[in-house]
Parts: sequence; C-alpha cells; structure tokens
Amino acid sequence: MIEENKFATHYRFAFIDEATKREIRRKLLKAIAIPGYQVPYSSPEMPIARGWGTGGLHVTLAIIGPKDIFKIIDQGSDASVNACNLRNFVHTMTGVETTLDTNKATIIQTRHRITEEVLNKNQIFVYQVPQPEPLRSVERYENKTRQMHGEADYAKMWVSLYEQYVRHGDIMLGAGYPVKVNGRYIMAPSPIPRWDIPNLNNSEAIHLFGAGREKRLYAVPPYTKVEPLEFEDVKFHIEDFKGIPCFRTGYKKAFLDELYYDDGSKHYVINDSNFLDKLANKETPIQHENAYLNKLDHEA
Amino acid sequence: MHPLLAIKHLNKTFTMHILQGKIIEALVDVNFEVAKGEIIGLTGKSGSGKSSLMKCIYRTYLSDGGNINYHSNDGIVDLVALNDFEILHLRKTEINYCSQFLSVIPRVTALQVVAQPLLKKGIESVIANEKAMYILNSLGLPEALWSGFPVTFSGGEQQRINVARAIIDPPKLLLIDEPTASLDPTTKDVVIEMLLGLKKQGTTIVCISHDDYTLDHLVNRRIHLEKGIIIN
Amino acid sequence: MKHNSENWLLKVEGLTKIYGTANANSIEKTGPLYDSNICPETNAIVACADINFELFPGEVLGIVGESGSGKSTIVKMLYFDMEHADGSVFFNKEPYIGKNILKESNQSKRAIRNHLMGMVYQNPRDGLNFKFTSGGNIAEKLIMAGNYHVGTIRDKATNLLEKTEVPVLRLDDLPAHFSGGMQQRVQISKAIANHPPLLFLDEVTTGLDVSVQAKVLDLIRELQQELGIAMIVVSHDLSVIRMLTDRTLVMKNGRIVEQGLTDQILQDPQHPYTQLLVSSIL
Repeated sequence: MIEENKFATHYRFAFIDEATKREIRRKLLKAIAIPGYQVPYSSPEMPIARGWGTGGLHVTLAIIGPKDIFKIIDQGSDASVNACNLRNFVHTMTGVETTLDTNKATIIQTRHRITEEVLNKNQIFVYQVPQPEPLRSVERYENKTRQMHGEADYAKMWVSLYEQYVRHGDIMLGAGYPVKVNGRYIMAPSPIPRWDIPNLNNSEAIHLFGAGREKRLYAVPPYTKVEPLEFEDVKFHIEDFKGIPCFRTGYKKAFLDELYYDDGSKHYVINDSNFLDKLANKETPIQHENAYLNKLDHEA
Repeated sequence: MHPLLAIKHLNKTFTMHILQGKIIEALVDVNFEVAKGEIIGLTGKSGSGKSSLMKCIYRTYLSDGGNINYHSNDGIVDLVALNDFEILHLRKTEINYCSQFLSVIPRVTALQVVAQPLLKKGIESVIANEKAMYILNSLGLPEALWSGFPVTFSGGEQQRINVARAIIDPPKLLLIDEPTASLDPTTKDVVIEMLLGLKKQGTTIVCISHDDYTLDHLVNRRIHLEKGIIIN
Repeated sequence: MKHNSENWLLKVEGLTKIYGTANANSIEKTGPLYDSNICPETNAIVACADINFELFPGEVLGIVGESGSGKSTIVKMLYFDMEHADGSVFFNKEPYIGKNILKESNQSKRAIRNHLMGMVYQNPRDGLNFKFTSGGNIAEKLIMAGNYHVGTIRDKATNLLEKTEVPVLRLDDLPAHFSGGMQQRVQISKAIANHPPLLFLDEVTTGLDVSVQAKVLDLIRELQQELGIAMIVVSHDLSVIRMLTDRTLVMKNGRIVEQGLTDQILQDPQHPYTQLLVSSIL
C-alpha cells in the first residue's frame, strides 16, 4: 500500500535523477578506460539499505534503457527473496522486460556468481560488491592502499598469499580471489567462487562492478586479460567437485550446491538456476570455456 | 733513490677547547728521512712526541704544517695533504699501524683477529687461517687460546696477537708501537726475528721502543725525541 | 692502483630539511654557533642544512651526534621516508646516473628503495611487519625485486637467516615472538635480501642488551666485509662508530661540524663539540 502511494504516480525513469545518472555513467566510462581501477562515485541514497546491493543497483539503473531485458541472480538463483525484490523494483521503476533466461538478457545483475552460460557481446554483467579494495586485508588505511595501487606496489598482497601457503600448504582464498587486470591493477572480483574467476578473462561482455557502501565503481572491458594471482610454483586452481554429478541432470561440469534434506540425505545440484532449468529441459546452453576445467582430477 | 719517508718541518699542536683553549705542542719542526728497507727506532720519554709522530704519519693526527713525503706505489705523495679517501686507500694497501695495545672487538676469536687482514683482501679462509696459526705458533701462543676471545687474555698474550696481525700481510711501511712490550725474552727474540724477516721482504719499519735490547737487535738507526724536538 | 675520486657511490650536496616557513635568515641564524635548530624569526625548525658528503663503494660512513643533531633526518631523507628535502643526492647506479634522486617520481624512488638500498631501523617494528612470518618479511623484499617463485624465495630467505645466525627453524615464526636481538637480525636479513649496494643502519643496537649489541655489531661487521656493502651508520654511541666505520661525520644542531677519518675524529678531534663528545665517552 505504502509502496504504491510512494512510487505509483510520480517517479523518474529508473528512479535516480538524471544528473546523478549522468555522473554514474561518466564514472563508469572512466572505469572502463582504466580496467580494474576503482573510481569513487556519489553512491546516492536508495530505498534499500547499504549492504543489500545498492552498488549493483546504481550501475543497473544508470545504464538501463527501455529496450533492455533485465535478469538478476543472487548466488546463482533467480528465485531468492532479494533477487525477486530487486527485479520487481527495477521493473516497476523502468517498465523493462525481465527474464530468467541468461541468453535473452541484455543486463544481468548478480550477487557473488557469474552465470554458467557464456556471455555474449550484447550483454553487460553488473556485480554487487561488498568490499572493492583487494588490499584491505593487508592494509587498513585507504590513503596507503591508494598509493599502493598508484605505484603498483603489491608486494604485501603477494606476501599474504605466501603466508597462507606457508601456514596451510595452499592459498586458502575461496571467494573473491584477487586478480590482476590488464597487467596493471589488482582487483577484487567480488566474492565469486574460484570457479568463476577464469570467466572474467577475455570475456565478450562488459563487466561492471558497483560497491555502494564503499562508494566505488570499477570495470573490466571486453577482451581484457584477467589473471588470478599465482606464484610460479604455487598455481591457481578452481574447486574440484570430484566428478559428483548434479542429482537432477547428471551433469558433472558445473558449480554445485550442497543440499540437505530433512531426512539427513545430501544432494548436489547445479547452483546456477537457469542453467539447471535448461539442462533439465534437455536444452543445450553453451557453457563458458573454462581452461581450468580440464585440469581437474576426474574426467568429463 | 728517493727515501720512503721524507719528513720536513713537521709541526703538531693540540688545542684543547674544553680546557679553555689550552695549547699543547706535541711536535716542533721535525725533520728526518727513512730509506726503503730501513728500520728506524723512535726513542724518548713519555710525552716526548714519539706516538704523535707515528700517528701523524698514519694520519690519525692532523699535522699543522710541514710535509710527510711518502714514496707510494703511485709516486711521491704528501701524507699531510692527501684527502681521507686517499689515506684510506693507502692504509688498505701499503701502510699498516700496530698500536701499543690490542683493540679488542667482542666475539672475535684470536685466530680470526690475526687472519683478518688476509680475509679482508679476499684470501680464502682456509689459507688465511693456516698462516695465522703458523704465526701464532711461532710466537708461542698456546693452541688452546686460538679460539678464545682476546679480551680475556693477559697483556703478553694480547701483544702477541697484536703483532701477529700486523705482520701477517707484510705492508710497504709498518708503524709499530712497542712491539716487544710485555713479552718474555724468548718471544722477544721471535718477534725481532719476524720483523727482520719482514725487512728482508722489503718492508720499511718505524717502531717505538723503550727496550734497549730490542733497539740494539732490530733497528738500523735511532731517532731520539724530547718535548717534540728531535735530539740527535 | 690509485684511488679514483670519481668513483663515488653516493654524493650529497646541500641537503636541507626545514619544517615550517623559513625566511632568508633561517639557515644563517640556526646551527651550532647558536646552539639551536629553531629560527628566531619564523620559528621554523632547521632539522639539517647544507649537508655535503660522498660515500664510496664498500665504505662505511658513520654519522654521530646527539638528539636534534639531524643525523636520523639525513638517513630518512636518503631513504625517502621523509619528503620535501632540498638539495641534491646523486646515486652512481644506472639508470639514475647524473640525476638528482630527490626529484625523481614516486615510482622511481620506490624502485631505488627496493633494489638499491636497505634500511635497518632502531625499532624492529618500523622495519618488519609483525603480522608476517620472518620468512614472509624477507619474501616481501624479494617479491618487490621480482621473485615470484615460492621455492626460490624460501631458499634465499633460509640462506639469509643462516647468515644472520637466526635459527632456520624460525623461518615460519612470527617476529613478535623473537627477542630484540633476533628481531634486529631478521631486519638485517631483510635489508640485505636484494644485495643492495647501500645499507642504512639507524641506531640499530640502541636499546639492546650489551651482549646482544656485541653480537649484532659483529654480524654487521662480518657482513660488510663479506658482501662489500657501503654503509651509513647512524649512532650517538662513539664505540659503535669506532667499531664499524672508516669515516665519520659529526653533527650538531643540523650541521656537520667535523668530518674525517674515524680514528682521527676519536683521537685528534678538532672542533670543540667533537672534543666534548669524545671526552664524554665513559
């Protein structure tokens, strides 16, 4: 009721005022011009709290047009509460068509996953980012991290990886593994699993990152080199599901969720809900070509 | 044939600012020459200026006027006028100074102290140590002490190490202060012999000694100082 | 072979650091003659002024003085820990030959620090990161120089710890658990990890127990002989200067009052202040 009173009559297209949209677009252009570099932006107030996806929403609302087709996923699922709420909000604010189909969408907003289905050059991928600064874990001061980026002084980051290797025998970062973009900036790819990291490299789509709480935007333009940080003798590797098949489709080469039923039984299912649906419907979606898949222990 | 050392009108005064500018004259118009291969003995009472003279030559003291012409491997130079770096270079390559007392550096064994001049030059430690051991043996320092720290040794033991270090790498000019002090007669003879051996190898020696025995058996010529003036 | 006076490694000309606003008289009206660093007209603090000296490869230069003499300031400026210094500093290593390194870009300064200089601070917390293991601290320096092979890094770090007599088993331990002397030795390992031609030592044994001090000083002396690194040793302690250095600068109120061979400074000091310092040795 209140929502309808508040928004049903006078609202601008895509909620944000035109001047702010222009500012966000200009910052995004700068971000694309300097791949991996964090650009500070205004991060205007939204009707949702910080920490709930305002950054991704800012990017989406700044770039969306009437002819766009919008998809949003939350940890791979179109159906989560937050995904549904944000989808409804964007639709109400713009009237654009929404979809669950990865291939059909032109703008895909995501929280912490990249779609299994490959992205094409007509698509923009928008990430919700909690902590845009990859060096925060080794340096708490913003002025120092800015200087480190400016001077490409990433030794501390490397040493923290070394320390993990020394302490645990392997680099333990699971989500949000730091990457080097275009051979220059180290970037936080948002907390996507290792599985998704190779899909940023040389992608056909534009990847835009929005951190609303921290007020930073950054981007990876198409066909850009994105490399995970690795030592010459301690290499990056993706998660290994050890040949366990998805219990609904039997597919072995996608990122899996672990499900517990009430009877205590454990089942594994493909995390990307649209990819799962397509495979279950006997369709043949094209998956990202992931170079690291072939390095897994088991066979296809 | 140039003399190795030609000292002309050398003066040295100390101005003690903390004693309200009191002036002490250590050397007054000192003149003498040392031929290559000579062994000169400086004699005189305490405070007569012998140590000051040696320190002026080694440039530990800054002379006030006069020349100390030294025939180095690169020609004749005035030690009074050379800059710090040139002096350091000569000290590394041609001129050695052996003070009256061993300056002890903690945690360095007797053997290491003696071997150091060779190690500094880049000679392998096996060879350097061998030579050090040979010299210490000749000087009668017991093997048990070779890996000990000299700060704990007696005066005589320290003196042996001191001399050993000075002679292990024969320089062109050796300045040595009281080489045989605190030594028993046998060791005295060994030291004198070693110094004469250096002379045979071409080293020129200027030494200070109170000991007539040493002076008689070692030096070619004595130079006597009284209150900073040469009396001969 | 004669000494080559053009062969210097580091040349400092007119190095000056003033805090606050200076006027034309600030430098003239401060210094040892006035017994003050503070300009009487503008209250600017002249930390150091008109510092000139040369350092040759493999040479050990001592800088001695009391608090406020400016000795630490000089080293901080040469290591770029402090900005906005006036004057010129020339480093005779490619690609910086002929360039005043004080005016180089931040990127160049960082490169100079990483590849050509090492620094050991009085407080290990300034030179080490206590969140990393001792191996990790050394690794930081090696990574900065472009080593990205963990196996090689660990081998080199092990070698360095052996050289500085830190038990190799402590490679993966945090320095917070080490004694003060061992922390300093880890700092030294880190500082020489890239074989820099120049090493700064800023009061490195001040505050350590006497026996530990002896060990650390001896180690520095040995490393200097073995590696032939040029060093600048800052200390208020003349016995440290005597033990380690060939030449010494004596500083008071931000100026050099005397410079010369260390044994000459200690045995035949010319300047009244130097004479006072030398006569004050316990």
